[in-house]
Amino acid sequence: MHAMTTAAQSSPLNPPPEPGAAPAAPRLPGDLAIWFFILAELLAFAVFFSAYAFARASHVEEFNLYQQTLDRNLGALNTLLLITGSWFIVRAVQAAHRDDIKAIPRNILLGWLCGGGFLVVKVIEYAAKFGAGISMSTNTFYMFYISLTFFHFMHVILGMVILTVLWFQARNGAYGGHNAHGLESGAAYWHMVDLLWIVLFPLVYVMR
Amino acid sequence: MATFLKNSAHRAWLVLMIATGITWYLGEVGAAGTGAIVAMLVIAFVKGRLVILDFMELREAPLMWRLLLEGWLILVSSLILLAYWISLK
Repeated sequence: MHAMTTAAQSSPLNPPPEPGAAPAAPRLPGDLAIWFFILAELLAFAVFFSAYAFARASHVEEFNLYQQTLDRNLGALNTLLLITGSWFIVRAVQAAHRDDIKAIPRNILLGWLCGGGFLVVKVIEYAAKFGAGISMSTNTFYMFYISLTFFHFMHVILGMVILTVLWFQARNGAYGGHNAHGLESGAAYWHMVDLLWIVLFPLVYVMR
Repeated sequence: MATFLKNSAHRAWLVLMIATGITWYLGEVGAAGTGAIVAMLVIAFVKGRLVILDFMELREAPLMWRLLLEGWLILVSSLILLAYWISLK
């Protein structure tokens, strides 16, 4: 921890990531464009989440009944996987800021594996549902369950594609105290995928 | 452990894991109705805020960006709460 602080202070171009350290000036991590993209994605999901909640208001009994057929354990497990995946990417960014070049690709890989775990769990969940003959046209609840979770699923895949690129770049020594810009941009997108699931899980799987 | 908790991202991870466990538990005991809905939304709000501030590192970002993302979280939670409130009437 002491070495971390020293390393961060020795690199005046980058603010130290240590908590409690006074920031020199407000700084938006990564590229400005990625934040506009994230904002657009968040607004799209805000519409979907509201559509689900308001559709439920006129189909309360149906939603409450079929929500019970969802596998809450797998949903919670997937929440833990995405949170931990996000945490590993934070660790990769922190490693870059303290110039710990070797720790960057290692943490990106661990974050990627968490994303992979999420996809495997989701496929198991979908296989059980589709195997039981459930489809988008079964009822309003399943239509929302499948479309919301699948749209999110696609975002996890895109996030993992981004992490793959970051991993290759990090292995080539692209990131460090001198440059963490691209890494921070990819990390912000990956955290958005986590943020969306944090709302989606209680909304679709638990709240009644 | 003390060293581990000095890092705000590590603290956030720990709280996020525990909070997920609480939401899962509320589902297991079949919590439903106004109290359960409000509790789950508050938990989701706290979790989302930790991701925004400590994972996305927006705590030290320009205020506009912090407000935009936290505002999104408030907007989504409010709309869900409104829809559930309508459903309870």
